[in-house]
Amino acid sequence: MTTTSQPTITGQATNAFDVERIRRDFPILSREVHGKPLVYLDNAATTQKPQCVIDALTTYYSEYNANIHRGVHALSVAATEAYEGARLKIQRFINAGRPEEIVYVRSATEAINLVAQTWGVENIAAGDEIIITGMEHHSNIVPWQMLCAKQGARLRVVPLNDNGELELDEYERMLSPKVKLVAAAHVSNALGTVNPVERLVELAHAQGAVVLLDGAQAVPHAAVDVQAIGCDFYALSSHKVFGPTGVGALYAKYDLLTKMPPYQGGGDMIASVTFENTIYNDVPHKFEAGTPNIADAIGFGAAIDYVTAVGMDAIAAHERDLLEYATEVLSSIPEVRFIGTAKARAAVVSFVIEGVHPHDAGTILDLQGVAVRAGHHCAQPVMLRFKVPATVRASMAFYNTRSEIDALATAVRCVVEKFN
Amino acid sequence: MTSELDDLYQEVILDHNKRPRNRKKLENADRQAEGYNPLCGDHVNVFLKIEGDRVREVTFEGSGCAISTASASLMTEAVRGKTLSEAKELFGRFHGLITGEPGETSDGPGLGKLEVFSGVCKYPARVKCATLAWHTVKAALDDEGEVISTE
Ligand SMILES: Cc1ncc(COP(=O)(O)O)c(C=O)c1O
Repeated sequence: MTTTSQPTITGQATNAFDVERIRRDFPILSREVHGKPLVYLDNAATTQKPQCVIDALTTYYSEYNANIHRGVHALSVAATEAYEGARLKIQRFINAGRPEEIVYVRSATEAINLVAQTWGVENIAAGDEIIITGMEHHSNIVPWQMLCAKQGARLRVVPLNDNGELELDEYERMLSPKVKLVAAAHVSNALGTVNPVERLVELAHAQGAVVLLDGAQAVPHAAVDVQAIGCDFYALSSHKVFGPTGVGALYAKYDLLTKMPPYQGGGDMIASVTFENTIYNDVPHKFEAGTPNIADAIGFGAAIDYVTAVGMDAIAAHERDLLEYATEVLSSIPEVRFIGTAKARAAVVSFVIEGVHPHDAGTILDLQGVAVRAGHHCAQPVMLRFKVPATVRASMAFYNTRSEIDALATAVRCVVEKFN
Repeated sequence: MTSELDDLYQEVILDHNKRPRNRKKLENADRQAEGYNPLCGDHVNVFLKIEGDRVREVTFEGSGCAISTASASLMTEAVRGKTLSEAKELFGRFHGLITGEPGETSDGPGLGKLEVFSGVCKYPARVKCATLAWHTVKAALDDEGEVISTE
């Protein structure tokens, strides 16, 4: 990781971190919405893209578009190099041990489904248990429900305390030799909670369970080291980390990956095919049937280059400041009640406004140029746990500023006024 | 604040959101339907009491955003006393107003108070909030038992 000076949290960007210069790299951030400057605070839904990512896509299509892994011609060689080069960038970004441990997928959702349908079907049997947590995105719930229904296994859920943190004692009690898999979010999209993933892994491994972490909301906010965490699977998504939509990655430990059956059948995932017998390709290609999303994988690589150059530690420090500031200014509005007050939190504030449905708040904020998510955030069990129909969620990225948080607070005050 | 905001959240809407009319369960309802908007999780139940071919009473239960609550409240006022076919025709015209696609009946009489929802058609994300109670009352008028979804 790039070295940065230890920033103190004063709200002043460190020398290394010039947010105005960073904002100029993102063309969309200078547009207006409803006649107001765009204040984009819906980064947990998807992030905006820097010009270098947009350029990577157009350069690929205008200069070396070709299919990969099969051409002898110059364009195909260039495309293959760029596509496989992006895999190396992903590997380094999360510090995986080797590039073969990175499988390209469409999204974090597909990464999880891939594990459920390959590893899961081979390793989960009747009577086994899978543990998930009470803060999961639907994409880390439904694939396991489907798997449990198919295999006759049982799904168990680690409860949350009132701050939106995992009840670790309860987790420890749930672990037993019956548990074959623990699937948990690294960072919650609905609450912002950062889970103690090293501890989750250690406890699970002590009981022989394999661990999948949903890192979709973690990688945009801080440096991630899958080897230090020790997890067996890690899912991530390009569009949440300033890259294009339509591509993501599954990290899987090499030894697990080589034992897993293929996911889909087709071209590229085979070494040889006759009508009698097919020999599968080596990992990770065995899991990548068909022509992949070449352009967006290359764009994903460009996004990783970009955030790495900015520095994940500098990003984390800037976002810590934004989170503290947002918490402070919104706390001064008596009608605001936070949902999710975990001690360890990514730059996400989820809240409800007394007497106002989150949908109305979302529309009124939008009219002032402030883009937030108002809804259940694909985490309906979280809404149920906190007994709210929905929340307003402002999710920040490193290009956001304190003055944008001020705009959010002003807009929230306007909502309060309108409804009282 | 902006006039766009005032166009969407008109006083009548804010008032019906705060003090919804006819929000109660109707004992001995002749017909009932349930509506659901999967997008925001809003549920609404509509109850009808029918005499001959006229809606004698109409109530709703449920809670949601201001647009959907006010829409349900104003719907009960608009539908009460109408014949079944008048009520269905009103549904059609209201739907036209909200979706910005006035049907052939648009040159009929105005929609009166219901016109406070005319601003909604500019907000596609909110159209379903405004129409949920109406889809549900239509299901009750048609006597369709199942849950009506806006999807
Ligand atoms: C925690 C979490 N997991 C998974 C996903 C799904 O990611 P993708 O859009 O890549 O399928 C999301 C996105 O909303 C998320 O926030």
